[in-house]
Amino acid sequence: MEKVGFFGIVIGILWRFWPVWIALAVVLANVFKFKRRLGLFGHLFDSLTGAAGVLICCFWLFTALFAHIIAPLDPRVQVAVMKNAVPGAINPETGMVFLLGGDQLARDVFSRAVYGARIVLTIAPAATLIALLVGVTLGLPAGYFGRRVDQVLSFLANLVLAFPVILLFYLLVTPGIMDTPIPYAMAGVLFLFPIIFFCVLFYTRFKARPERLYIYLAVTLVIGFWIYSGLVFNADPLGIVSIEPNELNIFVAVVFASSPGVFRIVRGLAMDIKTRDYISAAQTRGETPWYIMLWEMLPNARGPLIVDTCLRIGYTTILLGTLGFFGLGMGPESPDWGTAIKDGSQVAQLRLFFWQGLTPAVSLMSLVLGLNLLADTLREQSLKD
Amino acid sequence: MLSFMLRRLGVMLLTMLCLSFVVFFFVNLDPNLRKLAIFQTEMRASDQDLESWLHRNGYRDNFFERFGRWLGVWPKQPVIDPATGAAVPRFRFCAEPAEARFSGVLEGDFGCSTAFRATVAQRLPEALKATGILMFWVMIVMVPVSLLIGVLAGMREGSRLDRSLSVASIASTATPEYVSGIIFTAVFASWLGLLNGSAATATSKGVSFNNFTLPVMTMAIYGTGYIARMTRASMAEVMTAQYIRTARLKGLSFGSVVVKHALRNALIAPFTVIMLQFPWLLTGVVVVESIFNYKGFGWLLVQAASNNDIDLVLACGLISVVLVLFTQLISDVGYAFLNPRIRVS
Repeated sequence: MEKVGFFGIVIGILWRFWPVWIALAVVLANVFKFKRRLGLFGHLFDSLTGAAGVLICCFWLFTALFAHIIAPLDPRVQVAVMKNAVPGAINPETGMVFLLGGDQLARDVFSRAVYGARIVLTIAPAATLIALLVGVTLGLPAGYFGRRVDQVLSFLANLVLAFPVILLFYLLVTPGIMDTPIPYAMAGVLFLFPIIFFCVLFYTRFKARPERLYIYLAVTLVIGFWIYSGLVFNADPLGIVSIEPNELNIFVAVVFASSPGVFRIVRGLAMDIKTRDYISAAQTRGETPWYIMLWEMLPNARGPLIVDTCLRIGYTTILLGTLGFFGLGMGPESPDWGTAIKDGSQVAQLRLFFWQGLTPAVSLMSLVLGLNLLADTLREQSLKD
Repeated sequence: MLSFMLRRLGVMLLTMLCLSFVVFFFVNLDPNLRKLAIFQTEMRASDQDLESWLHRNGYRDNFFERFGRWLGVWPKQPVIDPATGAAVPRFRFCAEPAEARFSGVLEGDFGCSTAFRATVAQRLPEALKATGILMFWVMIVMVPVSLLIGVLAGMREGSRLDRSLSVASIASTATPEYVSGIIFTAVFASWLGLLNGSAATATSKGVSFNNFTLPVMTMAIYGTGYIARMTRASMAEVMTAQYIRTARLKGLSFGSVVVKHALRNALIAPFTVIMLQFPWLLTGVVVVESIFNYKGFGWLLVQAASNNDIDLVLACGLISVVLVLFTQLISDVGYAFLNPRIRVS
């Protein structure tokens, strides 16, 4: 079988990513043009690590967005002659280059890694966001009220935290559990928190102005329950929001595993902020506890929360990889990085055809690295203020 | 102090009870029981056969009663063969008490592993020992390296050494075990051919440099970065303290200030972090033992969970929960001991 050399592969890969380079160039040009006005985001480019973090994150974000343009082949399509092909091998029938070789089912490793980004970058940020809202909705009252509320909620959070992640996944993400109502019940409870959060948020702020309150509440409830019905009951009336049962299962497990961590952080922040003067001032003004929590404390806790969210998206990516690595949840054909790493890491496979495991592994590592660098720079920037 | 310890122990026991109840609930979900019944009866058994098998072996008894039996606070009933009237064990390969008596986890009876066709108590100790050896070597490598990196980075905050070490530790926290395992195996085993890509021989022929370096390296790398970051933060904070400046002004050399004055206070925080690393290492153990085919606790857990081995999953779950809670307790108590400013109340 003919193949292109090392430089051919590098140039081929760089060429395939052309939409990403254009998008990155647009972002960079805008950043340098409006640097003054961007505030914190502009300052990220002051340090090398910050710039690297932003660029890596944007790179994967655009890769996920343009996956259908970048990837030369569908991630599930099998080209029999290319089974276990070396990187750069040329398909003798069509003359197409398999830039990073073929895997043991004769699929294009490069296309699978690119499409894998799409799966990871959909589930990881969404799950982190829901975990964040769950953690905030429960952590603020625990830190603010203290006493009994705190004791009960902290005990529950510690219960989940004391559970080894891997065991939790093995129990929650087995094929059998889809026959029981448990994942749907958990999804029903966990996805309710964002709706509660936004309703309380708007209610406490616009209580005195019913004409605006009703609009906000109506919008929140309509959008909230639209997504809710699509995700939990898979019965979206418009048919736009839908999720596979096994993906829902993964989603729920990841949210469930990471929300106690957010809870702990928010609770700690709330206990710290509670002692500040402006909280006493708000209490003296006669504001309700929930107004103080959501409109006085939460904005002042945003710095550490943003940093934590960044780190947590990375951690969620690692969790998703772990799930895929153990063959839990994701379908066997799924192009996500964890599953690809699992397929490529069997001893014989790794010995002879290392690129099959190495490609998704390096992709996953670089994304998490980008997020961690970003979080680190954000932390340093927020310490400077 | 004593009442603090007692209360912590009480909460710990309650947590353990709750968690084992949750694990018990999940492994005994109906689909799992049916799978077990299908596996234990013939393949072509009808629904009715499965149901009667489950019924006869006590899987359809009251849920709390069964939990009590597993725990050992409720007498375990023998299974009576309707044909002969004699007590028969539920599984051929495990002996069971012939008359009703307490026989659960509290009495040391962990039940029967259907995947390995042996009692759980026979399989568990050797697996734990194997994992203990792995953990020992990981700690030996991870703790000194990460503390050294953290102290070197934190003693001169903002220096070039600090920058490069910080980036290195961030990179290591971005490398989960299944990524580093693959990269190391590809480089050191496939490409250079220096080391064994599998630790399977470690169980039979004993631990050697060739078969154990890769698993230990793979596991150590993920935790190293985290501990190093924590040590760096703590060290950097200590270095700005008044007494360090006093020591410097007194004319002590930089090295002696770091070693004699800063280190002791800077290493309090990492102690907690190292202790809390154990739960993380548990996930790492499972991944690493699967990649390198090392038959320890993590490997056992994977086998148990993927083969629907109910009693073995329960035992593994209990052990990991105990491990996690115990390390939390040690880290709390140790922190209070090391740092006299913390008052336990």
